Amino acid sequence: MSGSGTTEVTLGEICVSAVADAFRGDGEIFASGMGTIPMLGTRVARATFEPDLLVSDGEAFFVANDLPVGGTDKDVEGWIPFRSVFDTLWSGRRHVVMGASQIDAHGNQNIANIGPWAQPKAQLLGVRGAPGNTVNHTTSYFIGNHTSRVFVEKVDTVSGVGYDRAAELGGWIAEHHEIRRVVTNLAVLDFDTPDHRMRLASVHPGVTVEDVVAATGFELVVPDDVPTTRTPTDEELTVLREVLDPRSLRDRELPAPT
Amino acid sequence: MSTKITTEDEAIGTLADGMTIGIGGWGSRRKPMSLVRALLRSDLKDLTIVSYGGPDVGLLCAAGKVRRLVYGFVSLDSIALEPHFRQARQKGTIPEVVEYDEGMLQWGLYAASLRLPFLPTRAGLGSDVVANAPGLRTVTSPYDDGEELLAVPALTLDAAFVHLNRSDERGNAQFLGPDLYFDDLFLGAATEGRRFLSCEEVVPTAELLENGSFHTLKVNRSMVDGVVEAPNGAHFTSCQPDYERDEAFQKEYAKAAGDTEAWQAFVDTYLSGSEADYQKAVSSR
Repeated sequence: MSGSGTTEVTLGEICVSAVADAFRGDGEIFASGMGTIPMLGTRVARATFEPDLLVSDGEAFFVANDLPVGGTDKDVEGWIPFRSVFDTLWSGRRHVVMGASQIDAHGNQNIANIGPWAQPKAQLLGVRGAPGNTVNHTTSYFIGNHTSRVFVEKVDTVSGVGYDRAAELGGWIAEHHEIRRVVTNLAVLDFDTPDHRMRLASVHPGVTVEDVVAATGFELVVPDDVPTTRTPTDEELTVLREVLDPRSLRDRELPAPT
Repeated sequence: MSTKITTEDEAIGTLADGMTIGIGGWGSRRKPMSLVRALLRSDLKDLTIVSYGGPDVGLLCAAGKVRRLVYGFVSLDSIALEPHFRQARQKGTIPEVVEYDEGMLQWGLYAASLRLPFLPTRAGLGSDVVANAPGLRTVTSPYDDGEELLAVPALTLDAAFVHLNRSDERGNAQFLGPDLYFDDLFLGAATEGRRFLSCEEVVPTAELLENGSFHTLKVNRSMVDGVVEAPNGAHFTSCQPDYERDEAFQKEYAKAAGDTEAWQAFVDTYLSGSEADYQKAVSSR
């Protein structure tokens, strides 16, 4: 398996193309990724199969060129300060890939704190934009450490809204709410089930279904046939390795293989 | 034509215990740190702080100034988690905490600046923001859709602190970086008489447009009561294009925050004197 050169495809690269796949069909919207692999996913998607996406420099500008992580040589095509980010996300023309410190079977996500909110065991970021993101536009997640401490029965503070809560709200929100996929270091998961419970969509090469089930703290929907996650195309690998991430930061965002 | 030039300490002198203070900037970006440091030097207590939080929130928590905290997040950006804020939350030393979605915070400030009691939004609905802020109410659209929306209450401030790049002496101010953040809304939400703007440099009005296009003039003098000239006043947060974040100093700050003795040494070195003393200590590292 080789893209540009002879190097084996890495887990980080599989995660990047799996994140990129989340944006298939999105067209002319703001593809926004929190963290290195999500950001690379947006940029690979735009550089290859989804050319109309808008991607930002992570600061305040839309960039038209294939900008490396941390790159400063920007072809600016638009200005997107935080106020415009909020306007855009409330308008629905955005798809974000966020992280999660905890996530449950319905896609409720927590980035705020671990333990009781009133006096947490571990204070994290706070809810940030997760509540507003999830009820206004498509959301996906990237989770680099797929364990039963992250994939839990019940999250401590619901930051991003899951399918059960969106259904309970009903109306406009239920109609517009979508969690498209969850990419982890082990697998790709989605909510393509009648009651929108999390389903195992594919396992990464070398990972078994049992590995994923064991690392998940709730009952996962597991189809009879679980495919293997695709590896990146040569085109994707070339742009990723030679242009977007020549320093291989993608592999540093993942836990060391055990 | 009256000048509004004042000093950090004079600005802080207009405040009282228990007031609600909004602090502009975003995370560890363009924070009015010289005003925050003046607040740390004061005897003021029991404050409500409203912020897209960074080290401003951390420092005020560490100094025990905060009775109530309203935030969407608290982060140092390049260091994801703010150590003092974490400690304060984990030890339960902030008596009252209001955690909003980032957009809700904007909406609360915007409502206050427009003198509206609330603004409606969907952001927050379905999340634990609503459960953890029991004072929040919903409102039903009076039109055919009949949708139930979250009514974010106006976040009216007793005082606001913001830091911009340039200003004239009457408070016509200029941001030269990539993002105004929500500084105009913090000023708009605050009570007249206590809207304080620090800047890197006070310049003649005519000079403003030599620095940047008219688009950079989003803050006019009707929004500002006091102008403080504070070169390097946002340190150690970023103030583009004048300077980037002082990452080495931020690391020193975060490291010291983890240890009582190290923190006392940090306070002794940097925070025990005047703003001039601080700037001297920073430059002589």
